[in-house]
Amino acid sequence: MNDMRLMERAVDMNETKIAAKGVQVYYGATHAIKDVSIDVPARTVTAFIGPSGCGKSTFLRCLNRMNDTIDICRVEGDIRLDGEDIYDKRVDPVQLRAKVGMVFQKPNPFPKSIYDNVAYGPRIHGLAKSKADLDEIVERALRRGAIWDEVKDRLHAPGTGLSGGQQQRLCIARAVATEPEVLLMDEPCSALDPIATAQVEELIDELRAQYSVVIVTHSMQQAARVSQKTAFFHLGHLVEFGETGQIFTNPRDPRTESYISGRIG
Amino acid sequence: MTDQTQNLGRSLLETDARTRKRNAAEARFKAFGVAAIAVALLALVVLLTSVVYNGASAFKQTYFELDIELPEAKLDKSGTRDLEVMKKVTTIGYAPILTAALEAAIEKAGIETTLDKKAIGGLISKEAAATVRNAVLANPEIVGTTQSFSILAEGRIDGYFKGRVTLESAALDSNTSPEALMLAQALADAGYADTKFNWAFLTAPDASDQRPEAAGLGVAILGSAYMMIVVLVLALPIGVAASVYLEEFAPKNRWTDLIEVNISNLAAVPSIVFGILGLAIFINFAQLNQSSPLVGGLVLTLMTLPTIIISTRAALKAVPPSIRDAALGVGASKMQSVFHHVLPLAAPGILTGTIIGLAQALGETAPLLLIGMVAFVRDYPAAYTPEAGLFGEASTALPVQVFNWTQRADPGFVERASGAIITLLVFLLIMNAIAIYLRRRFERRW
Repeated sequence: MNDMRLMERAVDMNETKIAAKGVQVYYGATHAIKDVSIDVPARTVTAFIGPSGCGKSTFLRCLNRMNDTIDICRVEGDIRLDGEDIYDKRVDPVQLRAKVGMVFQKPNPFPKSIYDNVAYGPRIHGLAKSKADLDEIVERALRRGAIWDEVKDRLHAPGTGLSGGQQQRLCIARAVATEPEVLLMDEPCSALDPIATAQVEELIDELRAQYSVVIVTHSMQQAARVSQKTAFFHLGHLVEFGETGQIFTNPRDPRTESYISGRIG
Repeated sequence: MTDQTQNLGRSLLETDARTRKRNAAEARFKAFGVAAIAVALLALVVLLTSVVYNGASAFKQTYFELDIELPEAKLDKSGTRDLEVMKKVTTIGYAPILTAALEAAIEKAGIETTLDKKAIGGLISKEAAATVRNAVLANPEIVGTTQSFSILAEGRIDGYFKGRVTLESAALDSNTSPEALMLAQALADAGYADTKFNWAFLTAPDASDQRPEAAGLGVAILGSAYMMIVVLVLALPIGVAASVYLEEFAPKNRWTDLIEVNISNLAAVPSIVFGILGLAIFINFAQLNQSSPLVGGLVLTLMTLPTIIISTRAALKAVPPSIRDAALGVGASKMQSVFHHVLPLAAPGILTGTIIGLAQALGETAPLLLIGMVAFVRDYPAAYTPEAGLFGEASTALPVQVFNWTQRADPGFVERASGAIITLLVFLLIMNAIAIYLRRRFERRW
């Protein structure tokens, strides 16, 4: 990264990456997301918190149109990435997902080698012109996933043979290998032990320098540790959205206060 | 409160009535299970024993080892070795030459017999004359010389060496006599008759009702192999494509539900119905050759498709959705996620289903009867001819050959039919072994 880019970063620090307005999501007859409007800022970690079934994962999946794969799911409203409506008819979800990467709750490496796991995205998007190019992309992604040192000697060992924490970091490396602009994380640490969780959290904090990260989490401590902005969802509504510090110390809505102090959820 | 103290007072060392009852029920269930498996195993053992007992002898065959003089005066009167002329001498002309050779052997061995010339000739299979004639026509130069031949013994004589025919049963049989059997035994003792492995059973074509000793499975094995090729080439791609579409791409609505129900129903349709369908469509409408492996393969393809579709869909369903999510999450298209990730993971299941479907098709008889594969076929089908096209020549199939032979009167065919069943079972075992091997191999890719 050259200095010019860094300068640009500093300037547009508070630009909005994703702007959602009046989003409604229905699963068949169930109204899962009720009129949610939120602005996700660029190069920030935004946490979605809330009790189970409150719709935070559903909303996250709207941001890269993963809900398209569910037949009965219907999304209404307006979601813009850099000012472009991602639900526009002309938008190909495949292109969108290359721009908005996703890391899932359960580590889900492909049953292929570590190298192939990371190389898959760049390969299908034609990001590498040569084998050396691809090697470089894979190494860069694995370094950004903070797993390079652990796997550099066994890149051709199966990705499924790694420990849970390593698998999740591999999945993060896989997601960043396609050079996305936004990284969506759906409870990335829920299947991990505390040490692996700490490693992933540290990684998320580093990723903030280059990506807009949106993370769904059940752990309020985690939200407090890694995020700058926090959104609290309850029963399909966005109850409160603000600076993480403010949400946890001085919530405006009584429901937020009840949740973070452990009375509802 | 009182209940609790009572419960606490009960010793763990004695079982109460409820627990005893529960344990007894479990023991009973296990006993039923063991009994069921034992019955199944017993049935299998009885089946295999009876088939092997009856059929193992089909893999051995009695031959006379004779030096046969091939007189020019009888086989090539013109002396020109012109094939057209020589072909005019039929097998009837060759039979006396064989009888003479056998008589010469009897005399050389110094065996006394009361049998007349005709009865001595009866020891030799009717097929033998054709064997010698073919050898002569293939190589006319041997006329006028004496050649040693291995020629088939008649079915009853063969049966005697295998223990199927005894002197007592021969006394009641108008086709043979105890004297003939004793003569054959004496010839064997003198080294003129020998029972050896019967390659012809696996390579020769079928033979007529009167000569079970010459009947072989060659045409049936080839016909079955051709049909399996047709089934594999058609059913695997069509079946996999249909299931991938239905499982991964098709919208879930009333139409796809209807199709799904119908596929399940097709799997349960009696196979003979597919035969009628094949007769109507492929033979009567499309004018393909009847009895041909192509039509047989097409009918079996229709029959195998539901099996392949159902097992492929089950294999696709078993692939964890997280893999699809992962692929879509890095920006793969639906098709890329299916072909790069889902299908390879489902491959072991698909292969198993396909081979089970093929094995089922290999053993299928009923639909083949309706499309004429039950015909008596003496000539090998060619894989391709300009007139008949690909796999268009008449043929039979293994299970149909079994069906055919079990209907014939000569007791020699009981042995042949059982031998054919053994061959069919060996083919099925090989296919299942391949299925297991492939599944293991693909699953080992983590």
